[in-house]
Amino acid sequence: MTMHFPRDSAKVHPPSLFPYYTSTVKRAPKRPLIILPQTETELTGPAYGHEVVQPGDSDLTTQHEGTPIGQRIIVSGRVLDEDGRPVPNTLIEIWQANAAGRYVHINDQHDAPLDPNFSGAGRVVTDNEGRYKFITIRPGAYSWQNHENAWRPAHIHFSLFGPSFLSRLVTQMYFPDDPLFDYDPMFTSVDPKARQRMVSRFSLFTTIPEWGLGFEWDIVLRGTNATPMEQ
Amino acid sequence: MLGITPSQTVGPFYAYCLTPTKYKLHEIFTNDLIVPGLEGETIRIEGRVLDGDNVGVPDAMVEIWQADAKGGFAHAREHQGANTGFKGFGRVEPDNEGKYHFITIKPGRVKTPDGKLQAPHIDVALFARGMLKHLVTRIYFADEESNKDDPVLMQVPADRRDTLIAKPQSGNGREKVYRFDIRIQEGAEGPPETQFFEA
Ligand SMILES: [Fe+2]
Repeated sequence: MTMHFPRDSAKVHPPSLFPYYTSTVKRAPKRPLIILPQTETELTGPAYGHEVVQPGDSDLTTQHEGTPIGQRIIVSGRVLDEDGRPVPNTLIEIWQANAAGRYVHINDQHDAPLDPNFSGAGRVVTDNEGRYKFITIRPGAYSWQNHENAWRPAHIHFSLFGPSFLSRLVTQMYFPDDPLFDYDPMFTSVDPKARQRMVSRFSLFTTIPEWGLGFEWDIVLRGTNATPMEQ
Repeated sequence: MLGITPSQTVGPFYAYCLTPTKYKLHEIFTNDLIVPGLEGETIRIEGRVLDGDNVGVPDAMVEIWQADAKGGFAHAREHQGANTGFKGFGRVEPDNEGKYHFITIKPGRVKTPDGKLQAPHIDVALFARGMLKHLVTRIYFADEESNKDDPVLMQVPADRRDTLIAKPQSGNGREKVYRFDIRIQEGAEGPPETQFFEA
């Protein structure tokens, strides 16, 4: 096949070394990266679709006996490539803190309660138009050890595959107008012009009366306008 | 053209979703890629993920993507919804010392866009707390003659190629074992860092 994924668009990703996020200092390569030719290994990608997701995986509020504490929200949107075409049938994995800002992960020591009715992990596969939807609880902010009085803005972690090894993306979805944005080493590691791409928008259209608030967030993966051709 | 969504770190708390072995969630991905009836030579790739202080990185996540023994891929576009056969994809959370391993098969040779054959290789995506975007590298195999003609290795300076070569280890009696350490950053002393790629 003759295909090419543009490299310039990937320059929007934050740098490996961003000293304000102190853990990057020992976890960034010192040597320059080498351009990897885009061979079939890079232009193909893992095939995981609807068969790996179980019923209920996309509703994080019904995975236990009771209802979790917190503000119920509906997070939905589309996965697109950079040409604006939908990315169908691709797996999305999400994980997040509970309403109090605490993760169920065994290493999370933040002084906030666990919720016996909330794990905070979800999965969904996009439909034929690239659409996805999760039902969850709005996560709380939490403090961490990066600097004095450091707090992460509320966020949901997202992991996506897209059509190839090159479209793989792990990122975080934020909520509109969070006052913690300007102090956050992760949010501010991204060029100011591109930060809003990580922020969801409140949507009255997806809000369900007397039930839950809607937030919409579209995710754009690396892609190409070339069509695969047989050799 | 739409602007792509920027990467953010996987953070320290991904395991209960992405590698939930110790949690209740059903697992989609593991570090064992072997499926019944699979053709090819079974191998074990093991090593450590190390930081700039030469200390193991337990809160990393290693993913691999590779061809089958004939050089073919279980590609998302052609095999949507496939749930049998070799997937070619693995994911693992290293242990407390940053040690990881995969059980898989030695991949076959894959063509370049201009029709040359590459040496057997596995693509690696490395994620971790403290990494705002993932790093990409490749695993090659020390006992492959074809390494010397590989078009990607050719682009790596000769004195850096060794960081991409998995070395055979004394066997464990079950499968051939290769060692591949991933050094994110070179320290003041100690071995050189792994060569990473801009994909
Ligand atoms: Fe987080």
